[in-house]
Amino acid sequence: MRPRLPHLILTAPLLVALLVVACSGDDALILATTTSTENSGLLDDLVPIFEERSGINVKVIAVGTGAALRMAAEGNADALLVHAPAAEKELVQSGDVINRRLVAYNDFVLVGPPDDPAGIRGERDIETALAGVAAAEARFISRGDDSGTHKKELALWAAAGLDPAGNWYEESGQGMGSSLTIADQKEAYILTDRGTFLALGPTLDLEVLSEGDPELINIYSVMQVEPGKGQINADAAAAWVAFLLEPETQDWIEAFRREEFGRSLFIPTRGRSEAETIDDFAAGASE
Amino acid sequence: MEFLWNGLKEAFNLWIHGDAEIIEITLRTLAISAVATAVALFIGVPTGAVLALKQFRGRRFIVALVNTGMGMPPVVVGLVVAIFLWRSGPLGGLNLIFTPTAMVIAQFVIAVPLVVGFSMASIQSLNPRLLEQIVALGANRLQLLWLLVREARLGLLAALMAGFGAVISEVGASMMVGGNIAGETRVLTTATVLETSRGNIEIGIALGVMLLVLAYVVNLVVTGVQQQRRAT
Repeated sequence: MRPRLPHLILTAPLLVALLVVACSGDDALILATTTSTENSGLLDDLVPIFEERSGINVKVIAVGTGAALRMAAEGNADALLVHAPAAEKELVQSGDVINRRLVAYNDFVLVGPPDDPAGIRGERDIETALAGVAAAEARFISRGDDSGTHKKELALWAAAGLDPAGNWYEESGQGMGSSLTIADQKEAYILTDRGTFLALGPTLDLEVLSEGDPELINIYSVMQVEPGKGQINADAAAAWVAFLLEPETQDWIEAFRREEFGRSLFIPTRGRSEAETIDDFAAGASE
Repeated sequence: MEFLWNGLKEAFNLWIHGDAEIIEITLRTLAISAVATAVALFIGVPTGAVLALKQFRGRRFIVALVNTGMGMPPVVVGLVVAIFLWRSGPLGGLNLIFTPTAMVIAQFVIAVPLVVGFSMASIQSLNPRLLEQIVALGANRLQLLWLLVREARLGLLAALMAGFGAVISEVGASMMVGGNIAGETRVLTTATVLETSRGNIEIGIALGVMLLVLAYVVNLVVTGVQQQRRAT
């Protein structure tokens, strides 16, 4: 009897070789971004437009902002789209990223169960609202994942002069969408970006209880990783940054899912500075 | 319960209308896991045979290692493979991170201890006299291996099913080394996680059902092969 084993010996490496050839993407752009941009579906629609126009293949990796910044520092990504201005500026300072530009903003909101055990409904001052949650020891879900939203939440607690701890304060360790579902199931309060909350809205009982504090602005910026870090695809990263800032793209971002929700999930910054954007938000919020 | 029912309806709709993305994700899932399992068999069966038949120094150490590997958490495998494949890692120059190949590598690492362990057990359970007989009849090493594989095929197909079942249902490693990129490395498990986190519970259930059906069909085919000879 002839052994048939050699067939397998030939076939397996061939299949692997085929796969390698089929997917070797040396010119691909690795874009590290946050779970909020992915959960809202923004990049699902925006990236193909860029890919078609530029011929560049984009690999979108959705992680927390902390992980995205780390990927940039290690040279494991080419470009970032994140929302943690303070941490981003540190990376600019250290020379890990260049060409940081504001793209869009929206806001964070404090959401919670409809019966609002902490009694903070309508409280505009976010620090007072958080103090109310802490005083009532009402259950609060923290992302706990070093994401942009988590960093913001910790900064707000610090600004309120509080050190949240105790049985009522829990960490989910997951992305925004999953954390909202957890908060919903546990009837807890949670800080969320408005975009993800609106996108998940229909599946949640949670309601917006505190919003409109100028502190709650959520600014998304794009930047490219310093080209000197090994195999960085700098041209593609520069093209991606330029694409996001184009007036047409900015219009597109403003219109994204606006009809569905009656408001823009992401408001384009249209070349304005950070200070101007914050002023715009404060003016819009006080209306 | 309404979620579950809607999910099943959604799954049915996606099947009926042949949703292009779902079909693509399903085929990619099948391709990646099949290649990983095939390579794991190619390496794992001979290794299992050697461990079953040869006595050598350090064998016990290796067998314990294999047995530990059979219960290795996929997410740990994912982390280690990712560290190697990241651009900053030792194999970063290969540009394999966030590609289907990276997922094949991680799934191979997950499957291979299972295949080795099952192969070793099934070949060890063969009658020792059979081995002597085959050698006495003048078989060379390759022929010996092939005959043993034939004799132990029930156990080896179980090895195949265990390996394939482990990798197709695995999510942690695929997420870490593949990145869940739409159109490239999104497979049924990672898509299920994403859609659920997006609040699209129905699509999540639909994807989950798809995964179950896929696993069932593959196992049905393999079981068919396994039980065929028994019937005759």
